[in-house]
Amino acid sequence: MTTPELDGAQALLKCLDKEGIEIIFGYSGGAVLPIFDALETLETNIKFVLVRHEQGAVHMADGYARSTGKPACVLVTSGPGAANTISGILTAHMDSVPMIVITGQQVTWMLGKDAFQEADILGISMPIVKHSYLVKETNEIPRIASEAFYIATTGRPGPVLIDIPKDISQGPFTGSMDQPMDLPGYKPESAFDIDHEAIKQIAAALKLSTRPLILAGHGAVLAHAERELLQFAETLNAPVTGTLLGKGVFPESHALALGMPGMHGTAYANKALVEADLIIAIGSRFDDRIIGQADKFGRNATIIHIDIDPAELNKMIKVDFQCIGDAKAILAELNQHISRLDSDPWIEHLDQYKQKYPLSYQVHGGLKMQHVLDELYDLTDGKAIMATDVGQHQMWAAQFYKCDKPWQWLTSGGAGTMGFGFPAAIGAQLGCPDDVVVAVVGDGGFQMTLFELSTAVLEKLPIIILVLNNHYLGMVRQWQELFFDNRESGVDLDGNPDCVKLAEAYGATGYNLKRAADVRKILSKALAHKGGPVLINAEVVKTSNVFPMIPAGAALEDMLIEPPKTKLAKPTGST
Amino acid sequence: MTQKNPVSQHTLSVYVANKPGVLSRIAQTFARRGYNIESLVVSSGRNEQFSRMTIGVSGDPDMLEQIIKQLMKLIDVVHCIDHTFDDSVVKELGLVKMLCSPQERSEALQIAEHFGCKTVDLTKTSMILMITGSSQKIDALMEVLSKFEVIELVRTGKVVMARGDSTT
Repeated sequence: MTTPELDGAQALLKCLDKEGIEIIFGYSGGAVLPIFDALETLETNIKFVLVRHEQGAVHMADGYARSTGKPACVLVTSGPGAANTISGILTAHMDSVPMIVITGQQVTWMLGKDAFQEADILGISMPIVKHSYLVKETNEIPRIASEAFYIATTGRPGPVLIDIPKDISQGPFTGSMDQPMDLPGYKPESAFDIDHEAIKQIAAALKLSTRPLILAGHGAVLAHAERELLQFAETLNAPVTGTLLGKGVFPESHALALGMPGMHGTAYANKALVEADLIIAIGSRFDDRIIGQADKFGRNATIIHIDIDPAELNKMIKVDFQCIGDAKAILAELNQHISRLDSDPWIEHLDQYKQKYPLSYQVHGGLKMQHVLDELYDLTDGKAIMATDVGQHQMWAAQFYKCDKPWQWLTSGGAGTMGFGFPAAIGAQLGCPDDVVVAVVGDGGFQMTLFELSTAVLEKLPIIILVLNNHYLGMVRQWQELFFDNRESGVDLDGNPDCVKLAEAYGATGYNLKRAADVRKILSKALAHKGGPVLINAEVVKTSNVFPMIPAGAALEDMLIEPPKTKLAKPTGST
Repeated sequence: MTQKNPVSQHTLSVYVANKPGVLSRIAQTFARRGYNIESLVVSSGRNEQFSRMTIGVSGDPDMLEQIIKQLMKLIDVVHCIDHTFDDSVVKELGLVKMLCSPQERSEALQIAEHFGCKTVDLTKTSMILMITGSSQKIDALMEVLSKFEVIELVRTGKVVMARGDSTT
């Protein structure tokens, strides 16, 4: 009897290798035994990173993709292993992050029979993937793998899940490794067919504006449109506000930059959105936390929307002009039709707002998150890769850590997934070994995925884990204070561990930071640390609130720049 | 959009890759937005690698536009066309089972003939009529048959095809 050269699992790994996958983040189990065995028996360029929980693996792949622009792969077993990836997949899906998630599955003849560790992961994940596959023939693996990569990385990127039953990965592979894709309904190349007429209309609308505003989002990052965007803004003399996920696509230290808009955006960015006569969104989906009350958004402005996803046009707000396609290609063409606008008075006007409503904090009166973040910005020259978790620290990091480059700011925007920051930083450090990577996390989110300290220590990753510890779920507590008569409910994290001892227990280094006077000293010590992760436990003031703030669903003009003196009505808009 | 628009009826034609799970993906696109699929016909197309779905749905036109765009984003959807305002042929088939004594039979058959129905089953006490045509025609037949004891109605749901040489 002759045995075939490869089994399904080996064929799969060959495909991943061919697609340029550098890292697989994963966790083993019964249904993926053949694939884990292939990791040992096959020579590839792929590095395997063993995580401590499947959610961590997905966030690591996410952080890797958001910092390098390349997709990574997740490999987990069936049933609970697959189910544990769900919050990670949701996070990637909401923020358009490419990745391939490979889940093991029961053998094909057991499907639907409630066999051990069987879960209908295809059904469970269906609403939160760009596409998914259940592999039913071993010989189809190469076609499915190349389709999965193509789908994940082109058009509007996103996660693709491949569910592989054990008999398929274990079965003999006798097919061709080079199979054509079969995707008659998927034509991402049309993003580069620019509608020249739409460009001319947009250029004509721009000419009429004296108070223009550019809203740059994640789509501009994903399209690598930073150079075209800089030229666009400078040629027009138009200010730019970058969304939470668009941070850095336009340098935030540039004179035309206004910082982040929206719920906790800068006062001047939000005032610019209210007062602009033209808003041009480039790769932003007009998130509910940016527009506030939809029918009041941009009432007096001509609104232009450039996006690669046709479903984003007219979804949240009606626009006056639109152009569907790749942001870089569209801006490159648009740049040939524009000239400087008469916008100097507008820029001066916004500069006055910058003077009047700067982002600020008090250095005295206890240690502030803003203070730590501001010093971190200074000490790292604004060049660190910043992975944040979700909550108050995230908003303050977005406000105070200005990014001059895309791909250095990793945050869960759409899904707002707590537990994202630290594993995302691990993925980023593996993808960008020469960069300073900081995980800025709260004490709540950090405890959701802190077990990945093992992974970081094993891989000797010099990540700085900055735990901004207020012993609270601070953002929820802020809402309870402002809108629910300060009735705290389920937000006090009494019982937090000693984070420094925790780090040491895992073999990492830890420092406590308690006094404002020590911020620079401790941060410098951490930045000088080599050879493994270092944790800073910053004991910050417990009950500080993030401002500016636009209550959910309120109009942008109802922004609170400082704590309100009267009781606020409960927000009725989105969350 | 925060404002509610008036509800309108739509007939969508969705051309999809004939693969497992496609129907789930499409159904989820509606269900996620709280939309009820009122009628659904799925069968393989002229090329068996593809299936044709005709979906009847009613709702706010802006939301339906969004659903259509979301359907078109599905990898397995080749195209999705709203034929509501097109010049297209929209037909449905219905089977009506009713109790009918020999005394009532001639009146029932007269009505059936008027609507171009076929009698596909006939017993001493019951008959099954088969009707094809627009949905309104089936509604009208049911109205006229209300004097009889109708015990079952099965409708296929609408199928649609564009007129002339344009494609559905």
